[in-house]
Formats: sequence, C-alpha cells, structure tokens
Amino acid sequence: MAIMSFIFVFFFFSSLQPILSLYEDQVGLMDWHQQYIGKVKQAVFHTHKTGRKRVVASTEQNIIATLDLRRGEIFWRHVLGPNDVVDGIDIALGKYVITLSSGGSILRAWNLPDGQMVWESSLHGPKHSKPLLLTRNLIIEKDNVLIVFSNGRLNAVSCIDGEVLWKKDFEEESLEVQQVIQPPGSGFIYVVGFAASSQFEMYKINAKNGELLKHESTAFSGRFTGEVSLVSSETVVALDSTGSILLTISFHNGKISSQQTPVSNLLEDSPGLAVIIHPSVTGIFAIKTDAATIFIRVIGEGKLEVVEKTNHETVVSDALSISEGQQAFALVQHAGSSIHLTVKPAHDWDSNLLKESIKMDQQRGFVHKVFINNYIRTDRSHGFRALIVMEDHSLLLLQQGAIVWSREDGLASIIDVTTSELPVEKAGVSVAKVELNLFEWLKGHVLKLKGTLMLATPEDIAAIQHMRLKSSEKSKMTRDHNGFRKLLIALTRAGKLFALHTGDGRIVWSHLLQSPHKSESCRQPIVLNLYQWLVPHHHALDENPSVLVVGRCGPSSDALGVLSLVDSYTGKEFSSLSLVHSVAQVIPLPYTDSTEQRLHLLIDADKHAHLYPKTPEAIDSFQSEFSNVYWYSVDDDNGIIKGYALKTKCGSNVADEFCFDSRELWSIVLPSESEKIITTATRKLNEAVHTQAKLIADQDVMYKYISSNLLFVATVAPKASGEIGSVTPEESWLVVYLIDTVTGRVLHRMTHHGSQGPVQAVLSENWVVYHYFNLRAHRYEMSVIEIYDQSRADNKDVWKLVVGNHNLTSPVSSYSRAEVITKSQSYFFTHSLKAIAVTLTVKGITSKQLLIGTIGDQVLALDKRFLDPRRPVNPTQAEREEGIIPLTDSLPIIPQSYITHSLRVEGLQSIITVAAKLESTTLVFAHGLDLFFTHYAPSRTYDSLTEDFSYALLLITIVALVAAIFVTWILSQRKELQDRWR
Amino acid sequence: MAPIARLLLLALLSTALTISSGSGDGYTINGRVKIPQGLGTKGFALPGKTSNVKVILNGGQIVTYLRPDGYFLFQNIPAGTHLIEVTAIGYFFSPVRVDVSARNPGKVQAALTENRRGLSELVLEPLRDEQYYEIREPFSIMSVVKSPMGLMVGFMLVVVFLMPKLVENMDPEEMRRAQEEMRNQGVPSLASLLPGGGRN
Repeated sequence: MAIMSFIFVFFFFSSLQPILSLYEDQVGLMDWHQQYIGKVKQAVFHTHKTGRKRVVASTEQNIIATLDLRRGEIFWRHVLGPNDVVDGIDIALGKYVITLSSGGSILRAWNLPDGQMVWESSLHGPKHSKPLLLTRNLIIEKDNVLIVFSNGRLNAVSCIDGEVLWKKDFEEESLEVQQVIQPPGSGFIYVVGFAASSQFEMYKINAKNGELLKHESTAFSGRFTGEVSLVSSETVVALDSTGSILLTISFHNGKISSQQTPVSNLLEDSPGLAVIIHPSVTGIFAIKTDAATIFIRVIGEGKLEVVEKTNHETVVSDALSISEGQQAFALVQHAGSSIHLTVKPAHDWDSNLLKESIKMDQQRGFVHKVFINNYIRTDRSHGFRALIVMEDHSLLLLQQGAIVWSREDGLASIIDVTTSELPVEKAGVSVAKVELNLFEWLKGHVLKLKGTLMLATPEDIAAIQHMRLKSSEKSKMTRDHNGFRKLLIALTRAGKLFALHTGDGRIVWSHLLQSPHKSESCRQPIVLNLYQWLVPHHHALDENPSVLVVGRCGPSSDALGVLSLVDSYTGKEFSSLSLVHSVAQVIPLPYTDSTEQRLHLLIDADKHAHLYPKTPEAIDSFQSEFSNVYWYSVDDDNGIIKGYALKTKCGSNVADEFCFDSRELWSIVLPSESEKIITTATRKLNEAVHTQAKLIADQDVMYKYISSNLLFVATVAPKASGEIGSVTPEESWLVVYLIDTVTGRVLHRMTHHGSQGPVQAVLSENWVVYHYFNLRAHRYEMSVIEIYDQSRADNKDVWKLVVGNHNLTSPVSSYSRAEVITKSQSYFFTHSLKAIAVTLTVKGITSKQLLIGTIGDQVLALDKRFLDPRRPVNPTQAEREEGIIPLTDSLPIIPQSYITHSLRVEGLQSIITVAAKLESTTLVFAHGLDLFFTHYAPSRTYDSLTEDFSYALLLITIVALVAAIFVTWILSQRKELQDRWR
Repeated sequence: MAPIARLLLLALLSTALTISSGSGDGYTINGRVKIPQGLGTKGFALPGKTSNVKVILNGGQIVTYLRPDGYFLFQNIPAGTHLIEVTAIGYFFSPVRVDVSARNPGKVQAALTENRRGLSELVLEPLRDEQYYEIREPFSIMSVVKSPMGLMVGFMLVVVFLMPKLVENMDPEEMRRAQEEMRNQGVPSLASLLPGGGRN
C-alpha cells in the first residue's frame, strides 16, 4: 500500500513542475536577442565633450539611434512610424538630437544621453516641398535657433522648447527651394531655388525676424534637373536637364551672376548623362557619369577646373571643419580586396591629411556612404575616424587603418528565412573529450546543487549563471540529438545571406550574392525568396545541404529571373544562373531526384511552368506526377483567384523540354465594387498532423478535414481598406472564404458585418484563426473556423468497422467532393497584431499554441484551446474532462506567457516556427529590426528532463541509499550475531 | 510610504486638453500617459522608462513618443472614431476609443475598450503591471521533503526505523511463527509485503 501511494505521490509531484513560463535567471539559456538599426542614411558625431563619445544615426528603417563610438553598441534607439520618414538629423546645444521627419512636418528633439523626447513641434505650410534642416549656431536674442524649410515655409524654431519664433511662406506655385544658406557670422539667410524649372530665384531674409530683405531672379534658357551643389556660401553649381551644361551661379551681395560651362569642355570624351553627386565641400564638387567620377574645383568667378577624374567606385563624405576656416573631406575608393580612405583638405586637392588602406571583407560589397569625424592626437595633429556604410548595409568604424568595430545591420531587413541541419558529429573523436570534461561536469553539477540548497556564495551564483549561459554544448557546430542546433539561413534585402547558429545567434558565415550585381544585363537586381534546394538524408548524407535564392532583375514582375544555389555549410555560391524567363511564382514540389535535389516549378508571367533542376532525371520523375500538379494565383488588384494545371510541353517556337504550358482550371472573380482581397493564408507544407479524428466529450468522434490545398482568403469593402476611423460600421464588412485550390470549390464563406482589416491569419490542421477589427464594438477580434469532414462521420458504427464497410482507409482527396461542416466562434482580443504564427512540432502530437506578435513588438503564446469554437458557457463534467474552457468574451493575456519576456523585437515583421527533433519543442525565430530566438514547449517538455534537473542530487541520493543499505546490513548482521550468542 | 509613492505621479499637472481643431486639414488629439511610480518597479530587469513608451494611433498609422511630462499629441487627424494604444514594457494598457467629432470640436469622447469605462479627459493609466517571470520559490525544508527524492528518503527512513519497532511490538508466538515461515521460505519476497500478497 505504501509503495502504491508512494508511486502515486511521486508522479503527482513530478508533474507539478511549472516549466511553461520563465524564471528571471533562465533568460538567455534558451533564447537570444540581437538589436539592429538598419541601413544608415545620415550620421552625426558627438565627440566634443569629455563624456562618452557617441554617433547619432538615422536609418532607412525610420530609426534614430545613438551608438557608442568605442564599441558600436546601441545606447538608445527609437523606431518612428512607417510613414514618419526621417529627413534630417542634427545635434543642437550639445545635448539634444534634432530630427526632422514626415516630409518636414514633424520636428522633434531628443535628449542625447537617454533618448527621452524633449519637445515635438509640427510644421505645416501652404504646399509640399523638399524638407531642409539647418542648424548653425545661429543665436537670436540668446536663443539657439534651428532653421527649417518645409512645406513651402521657412521656420525659425527655438532649440529650447520647439517654439516657432517666426515663419515666412514661399507660396509661389512653381517655386522649388533647393538650398537654404546661412553664411557664417552674418545675420541673414539665403533661400535659393528654381521657379518653373528655368528661373533661378534668390531670397535674402533677415535671420532675426524673417523679414524679406531682397528678392532677385534670373531666367535661363535651359531647364534645371533639380540638384544644386553649394560650393561656397554664395555660389551654387547646377546641371541642366540634359546633363551636359554646368551652371555656376553666384549671388554675391544679392546680385546674381552666372556662367555656363558645357561638360564636354571639361572632359575630352563624351561623358553621357552626368549627375552632381556631392553637395557640400567648399570650392569643390563632383559629377558622376556612367564611366567615371570627376572632381571639379571652382576658381574665382565661375571658372571650373577638373582636378581629378577617376574610374573607380568613389564615395565622398560631407565636409568637416577641422579648424578655423579649414575644411576636410574624405574619399573612399575600392581597389581589389581593400579600400583606400583618403582625407583631403578642401582648399588643396593635391595634399592628403590622411591616406590609409584597409583590408575589407569581399562579402561586404562596395562602400555606399562615408561619414568622417576628427580628433586631436596627443601630438596635436589631426586624426580622423570614418564611419562607412557598405553595400550589405553593415556599418563599420575605421580608425588608424583598422576596423574598430562593425555592425551587421543588414540583418534588420530580413526578407526570408529557412533552416538547415548541421553536420553529423564524426564518431570516435569525442571520447577523450568526454573523459576530460567529466570532472568539470561533476563540478558544475555540485555547484548547481549548492545553488539549489542555498549554500552558494555570490561568486558561486555568478559562476553558475555564467556556466549556464556559456554552455559550449549549445553552440557546437554539429547536429544534436534533440534537433535544437540548426543553422538559420536568412536572406536580407541587400542580397546577402547570413547563417546564424540557433545556439547563440552568432553568424557562422555570410555571403553577398554575386550573380545579381555582376552582370550588365541585370541593373536593379532584387532578391525575393529562399527555398531549400537539397536536404540530405538517407543515401545523400555526404552532400552538403544547399538553398536556392530566387531573385529578379528589377521591380516589375515580368523582369527576368536569377537563381543562385548556395551551400548551407560553407556559404559558397556554387551555381548561379540568369533565366530567360520571369519568375512570378515558385512552387517547391514534393519530389527529389537521385541526388536529393528538390524539384521546383517556376511559373513565369505568361503562365508557363519551368522545371528546375534541368536534368533528364528530374523530368523523368516529374512526368509520372505530371497530372497531379496544381497551383493557384491570387490577383489582389482585380480580385481574381485562378487555379491552374499543367497542359503540355511548351510547343511552337521553343524547344525546351523543361518548359510546360498551363491551362486554367477554375477562377473565382470577386465583385470589385464590394470586395477587395487583403489577406490570404495557406497551410505550411511541412506541417505534420498526428491524428485525423477528434474525440469529443460524449464519446463521439469528429473527423478533421485535413487538406493541404486549403486557401484562406479575406476580403473587405473597398472603402474600408484604409485605416481605422475612416469608415462607419454600416459601410464596412469583412468576408472570409475557405477555398480548395485544386477544384476551386468554396468550402466556406462567412461575412463579418461592421468589421475591417488589417487581417492577420494563420491556417493549420483543420482550422484557421484570424484577427481583424470590429468597428461596432471598436475592439479587435479573433475568430476561429474549424472544418470537419462529415462524410466520414458514419464510420462510428462498430459493425461497419467489423464488416469492413468503412471509408477510413480511403485517402483524403480534393477530387472527391467531401461534405464538410464548419464551426466558428469569435473572441475579443486587446491588442493590434503585427504577425501571427502557430507552433510546429515534428509529429504534430503536442497541442498547438498560437504565437501572436503584438503591436508592442512582443510575442505572446496563446493556447489554441482558448480559440475553440466549442467553448460553452457552462461546460458539463465530460467537457471539463476534455479540457474545454468556459466561454468568455475576450481572450486572456497572461504576462508570463510572453515568450519574449521583457524584451521587444522592435519592428516585428514575422514569426517563424521550426520543429525540433524533440516532439515537445518548437524553435521560434521572430525577426524585424531585432532578432529573437527561443525554444518553446507548448505542453511543457514532457519528453526530456529540464535544464535545471539536478543530476548531482540524484547521484547523491543513490550513493546515500547504497550506503544506507550497507550500514543496515552490517547492523542487522551484528544484531543477528548477538541474538545467536544470547 | 507606499501609498504616498503611489500617489506621486510623473507629473503634477492635472488637466489635459483632449481634442481641439488644429491648424491644417485635421484635428488634434492631445492626451497624457500617467504611470504611477509605485507600480511595477520591483523585480524588473528593465523598469518602464517613459522614453520607451510609444503611443500608437489606429494600429500603427502614427507612432509618437511621450514628452517628459507624459503628454502626447497627434495632429492632422480626420474626424471619426480612432483607437489609441499605449505600449510600455511592464504595464498593461487598455486601448482607448477616441471620437473626433466634426460637429462640435473640442468635445471629449474617450472610452477604454477593455472595460468600456468612459474617460472624462484623455489621461491613460495602466490597468495593471505585467510580471513576465515566474517568481522562484525561496528554499524551504518542505520543498525538499515534498520533492521525489525527499519522499524516497522519507520512505526509506520509515522502513528502517519504524518496521523494527512494529516487529518488536508483535506477539512473541506470532513472531516465532513468522520467523519459522521465513526460514522455510528463504528470503522474503516483495509480494509478501504487499497487501493481500501475504499468507496470513
């Protein structure tokens, strides 16, 4: 009896361990978090004071960040809204970061040390114009002033509180203001621009009160392209629209004088279309043509002189004033595997202040931008540091001929992610290593035991924490038994592939794709998607896995495609091809050839299908499945969903045996005046479903309708496709469809009146969950639709099963017209959503949880049981046993189930789930600007011991038990002896 | 001390303008976020800093940050019903429904969507603070005793120390009989210990 109860109690207590949520000291054990800022657009150094040296940067992802100049770490960072594009940044008063954003409409000041917003002021004006920000040390009545030109209005804004001191409108319809100039030490401002593209306008304005002092204009015969370059405080250089005549315009003392110089006078050979690339070094400007970059100096009254012509890719920095009246600027040029950084004084082209050659990783591509800063060396000479932005969006600080730090900011714009297994551990290597580590292992566990028994000193606790975080086990480069260690292959917008180790998030390799930017025919290459090309298993274990990168030569969908094949272990691009057709869709087929290369079908804009790899074997294995290939296309703009199948080989003119014609099978045309497609969702191809039957409370069975060809489509009223608040509930609705993509049959259609998008949806097994906005309740809602196969429902009869008169063994097929029933339910949800995903386990046995990316950039795990359509108000006893939760109107948000705990994945875009080999565990990777990775066990880790399981305690207990056995044995023998003597 | 700290708000100003017809083509929504300082500062790696609090209009249409006194401002907002969300690590804020009326500008119409409570002025306070981590139970002797290992040890102790006592209390005749039986049988099997398994 005692043993029975003991066993019972044992199991009872061992199942009580809460593992679902995290303890604070477990942060970093399973998860890692990386922060990025994106491609830097503008950078301003802050190195004047004795405090910490910083650099303030604005990026193309609408971020303002300050970085530590010594190590490149982020001090603080703010992500502005998607429409709040940063136009200019600067530092004012030595303590505020000033940002001008939203096309010059919003001016904000942020506290430099901690990033607290100090003030915000909005600048409106009569019309839209190019925004310009000017921060010289302009002081009006002891007040530091910012001069901002935006929306056709010149504003003087106080640095202290953001108050507009004065404003001056430039309402003239055709006026395009190009520059706002404040000559140093003067009390006036020049506003120069073009009117009607052919007239040069100059306004001289009193800086104290905005009063117009003088207005001059001159007409020119040609038209201007727009960009002007300021070569001194009173001279500008412009190009005409043909790109062949340079205009030097000076407005000294308010008088406009100009000089025209044909570009061909400066260059012997015809340069083609030229553009001015550099706008702000005194006395020097540069023009760029197809072949070369030409630096031109302005001498005296409009005289131009070519100082250098270079054929290398050259990047120029802004001017930096290094001492009184002296300016310097930096040039960066590429030469083979290194870059040359040159810093020149503005007045003397031939001398160099600095000339350094730095070895540069080829995988970073060309230099895109350079920003320089100076410091005084101990010997009073000038030293320079340069911040460079590379083609792969990475950011590097160069100083004294070396790279001080680098940031892989390309990872802030991941567009697609896939995973790859690591190599298998070679046998026979690790034995000695294990013996060596046994003592260490035991020591570690003894330390842990001390920790659990509260005997550890603070140093011990620190050692324990360090040991747990830096476990070499998790960052090994080999496959592990549980499938936790993998490579995450990420494709970034810059066309670079990164392989990240799931154990600690380090970059294993990175590769800038060569094929898109080398060829002449492909001018604007963009990368689109990433597919698994070769996944080795069985007989192809010796091959390295590889991935397929699909790209195209331009933004339009009929541009020619490019393919690259990259080895997942080494990052070497072993094959790349430029296609002769466009790529509209890529369909990975579930077939492989003998070398385990997966077959892919590429659909071009003319609806021809092309089979890859182009091997005879591939076509042989494809022929047999020819009639089973179906696909669909969704045309969002016209509201048409079409289904296709393969017809014949491409006939007529092309003798390409890997090309096939398609035929249209079905089409669904949605009425464009009442419905607009906003979201579609499909099942993941690799999702495993463990059981088809669902046992419900009263011993009844329901059969899930599980089809991999299910498509979820959400449409809204065209009026309601805008933002919340733009429509009334009466004129907006949301319609959802479940469509079979083989037959085009609409399995289910449902209308939510008074609801609107944006819709986030996830489809898994036989259910779909989607999130939308309910205008009547003015709350977000999440709905679930579950779809069941009614045609199998009569298999419940035992006699039928015995006689064999059942259809359980018949495969689920889209050809047979299954009778389906659906169940649905809606619940309120508090937050807006950025992404939604569902956990994925290897066999699909573990119960599912939804991973919800909220507007606060956190990832919340929500049990699917909360989104069950069968939640009654008062569950019966049987339903309670089944685990049905009583009905509530809204979904709970439990803070402990945020899998990102107290971290934010700024700018969250997508959540990717990958199955580990351990059935209980899903690997979750969330990316946006930041990256976050963790292991997540939806039903706790029921199939392995947890990380904090104390092996040492187990060993000690066993030893103690054995000792006790011996002691009692000896004692009993002694007692027996005594008994005998008695 | 704690209630006083709870009352100490980030700013001392108590009135908040809500909606006014601004310049340009829209209206202006003006409000403030108040985070009581007594809340949520314990047990957090990152206590909620006001510099990281975002105020989001209509699910991401406009994002703005708080000024040091907790005020925020949305400009150029068209008339209609809008939704404002506040995100701050460590706090749970209810989204707020704000009606911007074209007919009578300046009228305040705001309500928390979570509990449908109307707001007379647009002052947003967290409904509760969020604890993202489980609290580790402090070490106690009961937890060791209750753990599987502790139970095993306890059971062993019972067997070692209490069983002989039971044997001693037995009737000597019965004892002799049992001993004889044991001798006949050899080693006692586990089955004889189990209820119903014994011979007697």
